[in-house]
Amino acid sequence: MPDIHPFYGGVHPPQAKISSRDAIVSAPLLERYVVPLQMHIGAPSRLLVQKGNKVLRGQLLAEASAFVSAPIHAPTSGLIKEVTTCLGVLGNQLPAVILESDGEDKPAEPLAAVPNWQDSAPAELLRRVGEAGIVGMGGAAFPTVIKLSPPPQKKVDTLIINGVECEPCLTADHRLMLESPEKILAGMQICARILGVKRILLGIEKNKPDAVALLREKAQGTPVQVCPLEVRYPQGAEKQLIYALTSRKVPTGGLPMDIGCVVQNVASVYAIAEAVLDGTPLYQRVTTVTGTPLRSPGNWRFRVGTPYSEAIRLAGGVSEDPVKIISGGPMMGIAVYSLDIPITKNTSGILLLSAAEVSQYQSKSCIRCGRCNDTCPMQLMPGILSVQIENESFALAENWHVMDCMECGCCSYICPAGRPLVQHMRRAKADVTALHRAAEAAKAAQEAKNSPAPAPGKN
Amino acid sequence: MQAVIILLSAGVLIGLAIALVVKFFGVQSDPLLEEVTALTPGANCGACGYAGCAAYAAAMVSGAAKPGLCPSMPEESVKKISALLGVTSEARVRKVAVVCCRGNDDMATRQAFYNGVNNCRDAMQVAAGAKTCTYGCLGLGACARACPYGAIEITPKHLAVVHPDLCVGCGKCVQTCPKKLIKLVPASAPLHVLCSSPEKGVTKRKACKAACIGCQKCVKAAGEGQIRMNGFLAVINYGDLPPAEIASCCPTGALSASIAGTEQSAPESEVINA
Repeated sequence: MPDIHPFYGGVHPPQAKISSRDAIVSAPLLERYVVPLQMHIGAPSRLLVQKGNKVLRGQLLAEASAFVSAPIHAPTSGLIKEVTTCLGVLGNQLPAVILESDGEDKPAEPLAAVPNWQDSAPAELLRRVGEAGIVGMGGAAFPTVIKLSPPPQKKVDTLIINGVECEPCLTADHRLMLESPEKILAGMQICARILGVKRILLGIEKNKPDAVALLREKAQGTPVQVCPLEVRYPQGAEKQLIYALTSRKVPTGGLPMDIGCVVQNVASVYAIAEAVLDGTPLYQRVTTVTGTPLRSPGNWRFRVGTPYSEAIRLAGGVSEDPVKIISGGPMMGIAVYSLDIPITKNTSGILLLSAAEVSQYQSKSCIRCGRCNDTCPMQLMPGILSVQIENESFALAENWHVMDCMECGCCSYICPAGRPLVQHMRRAKADVTALHRAAEAAKAAQEAKNSPAPAPGKN
Repeated sequence: MQAVIILLSAGVLIGLAIALVVKFFGVQSDPLLEEVTALTPGANCGACGYAGCAAYAAAMVSGAAKPGLCPSMPEESVKKISALLGVTSEARVRKVAVVCCRGNDDMATRQAFYNGVNNCRDAMQVAAGAKTCTYGCLGLGACARACPYGAIEITPKHLAVVHPDLCVGCGKCVQTCPKKLIKLVPASAPLHVLCSSPEKGVTKRKACKAACIGCQKCVKAAGEGQIRMNGFLAVINYGDLPPAEIASCCPTGALSASIAGTEQSAPESEVINA
């Protein structure tokens, strides 16, 4: 096992993992699924079916439309009722298809299974990962196939599997590790074969001793090293996890592959194993539905396109009105206002908070206590940045590395003045990106203007 | 007596020194540039495309820019500058900003409670704001803060309204509004469509009482040349302006004869078929 290097900063929020003993249950078939055509970072997928078409479970509904994109498969068999839009987590309208189930759940011809993956060419395995529409299931939903194909000049020597699940309340990855350790281990080794690396590290927080013990036992005789990690949020953030396990630091604006690492979430490697060993594309995932207002929180295997309302119904409904519904965990999740939003490939949790758990505090002035500086895992200075951002000095904030913020929320969690620090960072990141885009567009327009013969009298 | 003499002579010496320094090291300024700069409004709004009023004045004096790019400069100042520089200036159309939304708290419904940072651009990061209509004014005042002339007011019912007398048409608010609701229109235009939602009429009607529901009454009243439909939204042809009386045919008041700022003082003029 490698030496563990504690990362800088971090906080200790209450764990509240109340559903960690609830085994994964397959959600019953619904009559209607709303399948968004964009469940990943990148371009929306190109639709291949039309209204009125009959599709089978696992059939390709939409194909990748660009380099950064991913195909989407039907969650069940049935009729394409409508090609429309649906509400996304960010409040935006996403292109979507409405699939009316025929109740038979007939599978399409699966992709050819590759049970002897040890002998298959890495390129063949990689193609399969792409075809199965696998994206990063920890939350970012970046297409996995891109992460697994680093350019040849970047030598990757370490594959890190993220089983940390440091986000409070969520237990989906924990349950998946306990219930399908073989598939997860196979998936890791398939990833390692694709990348051609020998060193496979599985990071798990020490608050899951059962998962550590089980995976250690199952990993005997494989190159996988199980590494228990200190319980501290955000231990499962990509850069912090890499540092903890290898003491390497991802450079500013760089990628893990710049320092020879690739990180995959346990749910993603599980999906990879399913795609390669069984030929099943990614159309379902394990999601934690939790929160004190729910009667019976738990972990379910939902098909993509299941509306949040159905997830809450399965969890027994609510015993008191929630005041906040969050897609994801309490630290990094996004508050949503509609239960019509469908579960997508990256919905790791649905969290309901009661009135007692949500505070409606007022933001006050910074008291210069510096606690945000002590907790920021990226070693930024959130207090100073937030003042710059309030004054809309985005160029200055960029110089102070606001773009390195990963929005973990430690600063807002710790701030005694109740300042919306991470909210400011999010806004600044959006506005800095917008400024860069505008500058690029202006430059392109200027070049287009200059390329023909310059107008007389203008210099 | 001695002290007076010492201080007097010291004063004279230092005065001479300053006079010499000014004589030999003084920065030679262009009197023309000074005169032109004095005629600019000094608000540094950037609407001319230069970094500020001084930069625009310098560009005018060097011949790189024409007088008349500044929207807030009075006509006589433009004429004076043109005369000073010996160039001709073209006639300008005065433009004002108009917030194409009437969805205040009485009109528009909300689907969530927003408790975050009090700025539209921050609210956009959280599910694009709390209004049911995702195209409507958030009323958190990003435009009002951006306006160098104080021409935008956020009403107590959370709607941004432009005061046309104060607005000079610099366009800062147009860039700031995250919902892209603000347009620059000719100040003489008698009618505006105060709705920006491209949704279907039924959807809009549910979200906001003041939405343009796409009934096309105004198109029939004014004729295709003056108002046309773009999907479910009426669009005014600012090149061929329809008469102000047409506003009375609009069942929701989305077609308005005034930009919402003046409506605030006369709310009884709003005709809403709820």
